[in-house]
Amino acid sequence: MSESVTRAEYCVVACAEAWRGDGEILASPMGTVPTIGARLAKLTFSPDLLLTDGEAMLIGDVPAVGSGSRVTEGWLPYRRHLAMVAGGRRHVMMGASQLDRHGNQNISCVGDWAKPRRQLLGVRGAPVNTLNNPTSYWVPRHSPRVFVDKVDMVSGVGYDRAAAASPMTTRFHEIRRVITDLAVLDFATPDRSLRLLSVHPGVTADQVREATGFPLTVPDAVPHTRMPSAEELRLIREVLDPKGLRDREVRS
Amino acid sequence: MSRDKTMTADEVVARLESGMTIGIGGWGSRRKPMALVRALLRSDITDLTVVSYGGPDVGLLASAGKIRKLVAAFVTLDSIPLEPHFRAAREHGAFEMTELDEAMFMWGLTAAGHRLPFMPIRAGLGSDVMKVNPRLRTVRSPYDDGEELVAVPALRLDAALVHLNRADTFGNGQYLGPDPYFDDLFCEAADHAYLSCERIVDSAELRAEHGPQTLLVSRAYVSGVVEAPGGAHFTSCAPDYDRDEAFQRAYAQAATDPEEWRRFTERFLSGDEDAYQAAVAAFAKEAT
Repeated sequence: MSESVTRAEYCVVACAEAWRGDGEILASPMGTVPTIGARLAKLTFSPDLLLTDGEAMLIGDVPAVGSGSRVTEGWLPYRRHLAMVAGGRRHVMMGASQLDRHGNQNISCVGDWAKPRRQLLGVRGAPVNTLNNPTSYWVPRHSPRVFVDKVDMVSGVGYDRAAAASPMTTRFHEIRRVITDLAVLDFATPDRSLRLLSVHPGVTADQVREATGFPLTVPDAVPHTRMPSAEELRLIREVLDPKGLRDREVRS
Repeated sequence: MSRDKTMTADEVVARLESGMTIGIGGWGSRRKPMALVRALLRSDITDLTVVSYGGPDVGLLASAGKIRKLVAAFVTLDSIPLEPHFRAAREHGAFEMTELDEAMFMWGLTAAGHRLPFMPIRAGLGSDVMKVNPRLRTVRSPYDDGEELVAVPALRLDAALVHLNRADTFGNGQYLGPDPYFDDLFCEAADHAYLSCERIVDSAELRAEHGPQTLLVSRAYVSGVVEAPGGAHFTSCAPDYDRDEAFQRAYAQAATDPEEWRRFTERFLSGDEDAYQAAVAAFAKEAT
């Protein structure tokens, strides 16, 4: 069985696991694999999660990624979405063009902000997200270009910066997980820095170390990311992503 | 009896001046007042401070060198993540920028509409938004919690440009799509708001088919109403039309090369709005 599970499918399950135990909150996935993951979590161990159609509707069904919803259960235009962020009833999984060892994220620009070498999206909602609702990150290509010593423009706030800002800035701040094509990581160290939690089957801890541009905390024994169950594989392959869009984001 | 405020897009632009702070409604590549932006492109107006949840409105104004300063949290074409003109302008240091978080932006508009100097918000602290905006200040809660928050300054606008589905001649504006975006806030934050719409209808008709909550913008804020069918093109204006993805791809492609961009502007942006819509129709016909 494990031979036939693709890397993308391990990533889907690892993303789904990020929303385990979240209860009746909005799962906001950004990217294909996180979207499949959030929907898998809802269909299995986190049935109370809320999902959107990516526009302004809360959906009452769980369609395949890339196809439309047929059931609307609520209205969530941007202004109400921002209220949900501020109220903390949301767990977002954002992308990261750069991420440092304390979880500071950059999606704004690369190089000097005043005249960037490469302009990206802008900070978007990363500053408000990170101070108000649980945040995870999805990195489809784990590399030293993403995992850098220092990000060029702090958009999403990491543990060190949140703590330094003011004593109460940390009160709703939580970076839960970082999921990449190689591994699952978190910040469960005394100084809240990046730690290897599991490697996907076929990946070694040394590979993850080499693909990370700063010293990574690696426990003595690193487990493998858990395998999807037979039912989860069926849901991924037949229900949530029959067209195999996940393989475009993560190559096997 | 209310006042008839109908005018043309060019008449709207005649009321604007170089150096103004102009808010532009919509979000990314969704329901942007593109006919009004195109009218701005035809004018001599320049040196603008543009306040926008940015999309091709920002891209086009940047490509024409009309922006002195941009206030934004992002600029995107949605289905194409990076706006090519915005990107080029930033990488050349073509204008100043006030980069804010999406929620800071919303509270800045809200503060302006409420005539408040600022709104407190838990966003920005710890991020480099504070570093690149050295004039941003924080404020401490006067209550027992004592939390330090960011004081987002009011984003007061000289003028707002928005595009809605329907309006009456008096300036009552109706949206029929899934999301109002922040068009009402832009109008309330502005000294003068100009509203373009797909179709001008009788006030009675505004209420005939749709609930009162679709009446997003009140005439109390509106100085001019423009009937501009296709006025959000090539951005979306649901349910009247979706984004013109083929055209947007052509726009983004052309924007990456000066010669191609010269040909694009010659074909689509060298005439008036009627000429634009005719060129778009010809483009659509070619594609089929």
